[in-house]
Parts: sequence; structure tokens; C-alpha cells
Amino acid sequence: MEMTGAEIFVRCLQEEGVDLIFGYPGGAVLHIYDALYKQDKVNHILVRHEQAAVHAAEGYAKSTQRPGVALVTSGPGATNAITGIADAYMDSVPLVVFTGQVPTSLIGNDAFQEVDTVGITRPCVKHNFLVKDVRDLAMTIKKAFYIATTGRPGPVVVDIPKDVTAARCVFDYPKSIKIRSYNPTVKGHTGQIRKAVELILQARQPVIYSGGGVILANASKSLTEFARLLGAPVTNTLMGLGAYPASDQQFVGMLGMHGTYEANMAMHHADVLIAIGARFDDRVTGNVDKFCPTARIVHVDVDPASISKNVKVDIPIVGGVDHVLKAMIKELEHAKAKPDQEALKAWWAQINEWRAMDCLKYDRNSELIKPQYVLETLWRETQGDAFVTSDVGQHQMWAAQFYRFDKPNRWINSGGLGTMGFGLPAAMGVQLAHPGETVVCVTGESSIQMCIQELSTCLQYGLPIKVITLNNRFMGMVRQWQEFFYQGRYSMSYMDALPDFQMLAEAYGHVGMRIEKPADVEGAIKEALAMKDRLVFMNFLTDQTENVYPMVPAGAGQNEMILL
Amino acid sequence: MRHIISILMENESGALSRVAGLFSARGYNIESLTVAPTDDPTLSRMTLVTRGSDEIIEQITKQLNKLIDVVKLMDLTEYAHIEREMMLVKIKVANSAAKDDVMRLTDIFRGRIIDVSIDSYVIELTGDSAKLDAFLGMASPFEVLEVVRSGVMGIARGDIALKM
Ligand SMILES: Cc1cc2nc3c(=O)[nH]c(=O)nc-3n(C[C@H](O)[C@H](O)[C@H](O)COP(=O)(O)OP(=O)(O)OC[C@H]3O[C@@H](n4cnc5c(N)ncnc54)[C@H](O)[C@@H]3O)c2cc1C
Ligand SMILES: Cc1ncc(C[n+]2csc(CCOP(=O)(O)OP(=O)(O)O)c2C)c(N)n1
Ligand SMILES: [Mg+2]
Repeated sequence: MEMTGAEIFVRCLQEEGVDLIFGYPGGAVLHIYDALYKQDKVNHILVRHEQAAVHAAEGYAKSTQRPGVALVTSGPGATNAITGIADAYMDSVPLVVFTGQVPTSLIGNDAFQEVDTVGITRPCVKHNFLVKDVRDLAMTIKKAFYIATTGRPGPVVVDIPKDVTAARCVFDYPKSIKIRSYNPTVKGHTGQIRKAVELILQARQPVIYSGGGVILANASKSLTEFARLLGAPVTNTLMGLGAYPASDQQFVGMLGMHGTYEANMAMHHADVLIAIGARFDDRVTGNVDKFCPTARIVHVDVDPASISKNVKVDIPIVGGVDHVLKAMIKELEHAKAKPDQEALKAWWAQINEWRAMDCLKYDRNSELIKPQYVLETLWRETQGDAFVTSDVGQHQMWAAQFYRFDKPNRWINSGGLGTMGFGLPAAMGVQLAHPGETVVCVTGESSIQMCIQELSTCLQYGLPIKVITLNNRFMGMVRQWQEFFYQGRYSMSYMDALPDFQMLAEAYGHVGMRIEKPADVEGAIKEALAMKDRLVFMNFLTDQTENVYPMVPAGAGQNEMILL
Repeated sequence: MRHIISILMENESGALSRVAGLFSARGYNIESLTVAPTDDPTLSRMTLVTRGSDEIIEQITKQLNKLIDVVKLMDLTEYAHIEREMMLVKIKVANSAAKDDVMRLTDIFRGRIIDVSIDSYVIELTGDSAKLDAFLGMASPFEVLEVVRSGVMGIARGDIALKM
């Protein structure tokens, strides 16, 4: 049957099983919006800014393991979406972002609301397409979903000129797809896996360093099994939190710039490092010349370009985390050699000594609300089982340190790009995907203002998100660097003229709360969590001078932490 | 070290800018780049000359392979290979002495004079880049009006082939 491009677009989404998309209309996508209007399988969530549409799609994707979908118009719609697309690219989030484009006959004419979307997005997408003929539309959409969700996931942009959405052709959705130039490796090389296991079995001081790849690969079960089999300490990157249960004895906390003392010291003294789905980011390694000086390194990653990019590794294994872990588990079970238990015992004794430093300690008797205390209380009151999104700054680090995630896909934050403004729209995507669950957005008074307009979207769709604003009246993370490295010259890091957040929340139709005393923290959180059907905006006035510890200063080695 | 990378890629609009963009975004340098469709019109073959340490070249080939449009690639420098570049040079030859000298020089380099005007020659020359450089060095006493170089193309010796 012949259909218009717009109808084909909607049918393709249905075929892909997309139930929810986030977007904002405009001239170039009006045919598509009309086609969406005439059906009820694909629900469209209207955001208030295109950046939020993409972040919401990320929240949806990160919490469900399904691709997120966004739809925006040409020109300013597309440029507003860029921050979200770049964010998804850095964190390997599977997204398909559809952008409207001016009619093909006008492309290149500086037409009204024309930008070269394919050109602008090229450096921050996994791939992008411009569809010039309606007969290519269905196949292109099929390819887009396939590319976004396989191998190392990432955002794919499909730019659709307006005339293509009006043109007609027969709809035929391809059942399967093969792209001759794109064949991600899934299975790890058997020889490499065997070599890795041999090395691991000789380890006396092993460390498992696992990252976001474990979550993306849905492999936390395999990781847990693997780690238990070895009895080795496990540390997670910021993106990997929840991939290994934080309350387990073998978990030594996050590593890196604001990682725990025990995690970073264990890394520094490891003799065998098993890196799994982690990309040796500079926030993790610190000074690469001082990184893991005594370790032989095994690295499992589906993206060959992640391997030996920043740190040269000894045994690379290109493949999917889940497949490789399962294969390694099998090898380990059949191996005659066993890890040296005496050595392991001594290693743990050393780690426990580092642990005893209690590097996350803070003043519990303060007159002021300590941000750490708010997050600890939140963790307790939600039994560690909430979905937590975050913005970027000190509050993000405290959330990572003090909310102990036992399950994957519960911690949703912006790590690679570090995008202030991510938290609230991401929480919308999470809440929409998980209607009955507790979804919390941990934010700062500066970050929240970058996408605060989304409070309106939350009202429209009745999203009972709990916004926890750790309001220190500072861009705290910036202030901390200025305190440590610029002799306290607080250049532009002060958030002057803040709105009354309680009234603001109420103006948007939500519940606002202002909490000023430590004694009120627990009660307020309980009260907010009990309001199951309302968005509650909690404005915690926290200690302005609190810093995030430990800290590996820029240029230092992982063992050179600033401690409280 | 200098590397010649041959790339077989989908003959799609934008494929070239993906490669060029990759190099500028990641700070790799491109010494020369040539591209044209192959005998299979759905494929283009690109030859790229770059410089870098082993680590950088490894990243370059991995990042190129990661581009969805790249079908296959090969670092020719890892194999016995042949390298060719074409050059067109326009040289001013005001008097017959100059004409003689330039003609002789062209002969020595096995070039050809492919256009003649009253006071200039256009010379066509092929060879590896060093040979073309050498010719330009020898031509420096004359007034060189214009130089056009194709960039390097390359192919492996023997039966190794970059093919689908
Ligand atoms: C203010 C701030 C402070 C920060 N401080 C820290 C810090 O202290 N510690 C810290 O860890 N981070 C910190 N970060 C985050 C940091 O910038 C990086 O985003 C993070 O370290 C990267 O995590 P990752 O290595 O797990 O990689 P990810 O970005 O999660 O990448 C995943 C890796 O897994 C691979 N992969 C994906 N899917 C698969 C699969 N199926 N199979 C195999 N491999 C797969 C990918 O190719 C990639 O290499 C901070 C960020 C901000 C904004
Ligand atoms: C869009 C954007 N602009 C600037 C920055 C740089 N930056 C990182 S943290 C931060 C301050 C965040 O302040 P706030 O949200 O109040 O959080 P706090 O650190 O105080 O907890 C800034 C400006 C950024 N990450 N993102
Ligand atoms: Mg702040």
C-alpha cells in the first residue's frame, strides 16, 4: 500500500516497538506530527526545549536498555538537540534522533530554518543519515536502530526533508538487515580469553575495574559471578555504578578523581588489572604515567578503539562483555590452577587497612545540613532501590559516593560530557518508562536552572519525580577547584539572585519544600516520598563550604589523593 | 613515521567529510588524500598519507575502521608496496637555452611535456613523492609558474589486494 513519508515514519517506529518518543514540533516536521496525531501506538511526550527531549530519551534508554527516540524540527530544533546528542555520544547511549529538514529543493539555499544538521552532528554521532528519497526512508530507519543499538551503542541522527515526508511510496519494512561495512565483534577471541585467564590465575593482587560497558551489555550478573569466582576486589567507574552490588563486601567503591581511597590504592598496587567495559578515562587514570605502575592489564571492550587508547594494555579482548565474561567463567571453572588464596588473603588485609581510613567521613555533628547526610538519608529511606538521576557538580559526586546502587540501570547521569541540565529531563524519561517507581533527581541550584522549564512537562504528564536540590548557593564544583587551585578567588562561581525555588515549584503546579536544618532532613524526605502522585521539589540549604573528598588533583597519580 | 593508508569505503555523499572530520577532530595530520570510485561504482578507494607514532597510527586505523562507511582498510606501509603520485608543473622558458635545459631535465626524470606555449611548458611527471620533490629541486633555477600534485596513490605488491 502506498503511504506518505510521514505515515511510513510512524509505521517504522511501530515496527521497532517504540512506544514513547520525546519531541517538539515545527514547520519541517508538521507532516510527521499530523501522522502521529492520527494514531495511538506511539506516544509523544512534548518537552519544553529540544535539549530536554534528547536527555529524556537518554533517561528512557539508560533505564530500560531500549533505544531512546527524539523528534525535533529543522534549524533551531536541531541545534538545540546537539547538547543531548553529544551527551549520548560520550556515554554510548543508544538513541535515534529524527530531525526535520527543509525541502530537498531548498537544501543549500540558506532557506528558512535550514542548518546542515548532518554536518553539525557528524563529530558527535555514531552515524547519521540524510534521507533524500522517500523510497529510502524505511530502510534508513531500520539501519538507524540497528546501528544505534549494536556494538558500542550510540546516537544516530536521521535528517528528513519536509518533502520526503509528503512524498508517497509503498511501505515495506525490512525484517532484517546487514550492513557490509559494519560488523561489530561480539565473541571474544578464544586464544586471548585463555591467555587472560592464565594471567588472572597467577594474580596475587588482582583488581576488577568495570565500567558502563557492563551495564550497556546487560552483563552485571556475569560480572558478579566472575568476581565471586575470583574473590577479587571490584571497583566501578561513575558510569558503571550498580553493575556490581555496592553493598557487597568485594565492592571497594568508585575509583578515579573522586573515588574511594581503597579503590584508588588498590588500583595503584594491583599486579593484574581486569578492565571490563571501561575506557580508561582521564578522570579515572589521573596522570597516565603514574597509572597502575605494577599491573599487567587485561581489557575487554567491544570497541577496539577504546583499547590501548590512553593506556597500553597487555591482553586486549575485543568483544561483548557478557560473552567474554561467560567464556572466562567457563575457562576459570575448568582450569586446574586456582588463585593463590594466601596471597588473596594478604591482599584483602591490605585493602581493609585502606578501607579503615574511612575516606568518605564527614562531620555528622554540624549545625548545617551536610549534603552527604541528605543522600545517605535518601538511600536509607528508599532502601537503595530508587532510580536516581543527577546533574553535574559536587552533588553528582556525593550521589555517586553515598547512594549505594545494588542494581544496574538505576544510576543515570552524564559522565563523559558532564552536562549540567541533564538531571531533570533524564528523570522524566525514567519516570515515564517506570511509572510506579520512585525516581529521584539529585541536582544543584545551578544545574537545575539549565532545564528548569521541564517542570512544566512534568506537570503535563503527571510525573511524580522527587527533585533533591543540594543548594549551596555556589557552583560548588567550580568553587572547590578555585579554593584548592586558585587561592580562593571565587570568580563567577557564586549563584547570586537565586529564585525562591519553593514558590517556583508551586508556580509550576508542584509541591515545593525548603529544608534548612539537619534535624528536618529525614522527615522531609519521608514526607516527599510519601507523596506518590506529586512532583516534590526539595530545596535543601546545605553547607556552602563542603568539598568532595577524596580528590586526585589533575596531573597526580591515583595514589596521590587529597583527603579530608 | 610516514604511513600510507588505503581505504575502501561506501561511495556515499559525506563519506569523504567523515574521514576529513575525523582527522581534524582528533588532531591527526593528513599529508595527502586522494579519492575516486573504483571498478565497483558503489565503492570509493581513498589513499591517505599521514604521520605519527605507532600508537597514533594504531588509533587512526581503529578510528577509521569505526566509521560506518568504511568497508576495509589497509596500512600499505606494512607490506611491500608501490607508491605513485602525479604532478603537473608549468615552467617559464623564456629563451631557447631554458627550453633545452627544461627538456633535458624532463627527460632525465622520464617526464613528458604535454603542453607548449611561446614561453612556457607544462610537464607531466609520475613517481613516488621523493622523485617529484627532486624534480622540483632541480627545476628551482627556472621560474616555476604552477605546481599541481595529485597526492599519493598506492597498491600492495604481489597478490595481496584490498578488495571486497
Ligand atoms: C564532575 C565529574 C566528575 C567525574 N569524576 C569521575 C570519577 O571520579 N571517577 C569516574 O570513574 N568517573 C568520573 N567521571 C566520569 C568520567 O568523565 C567518565 O564518563 C567515566 O569515567 C567513563 O566511564 P567508563 O570508563 O565506564 O566508560 P563509558 O563511558 O561508560 O564507556 C563504556 C565502555 O564500554 C564499552 N562497551 C559498551 N558496550 C559494550 C559491550 N556490550 N561490550 C563490551 N564493551 C562495551 C565501550 O566501548 C566503552 O569503552 C566524572 C564526570 C564528571 C562530570
Ligand atoms: C552546561 C555546563 N556548563 C558548565 C559546566 C561546568 N561546571 C561543572 S560543575 C559546575 C557547577 C555546578 O553547580 P551546581 O549545579 O550548583 O552543583 P554543585 O557543584 O554546587 O553541587 C559547572 C559550572 C558544565 N559541567 N556544564
Ligand atoms: Mg551548587
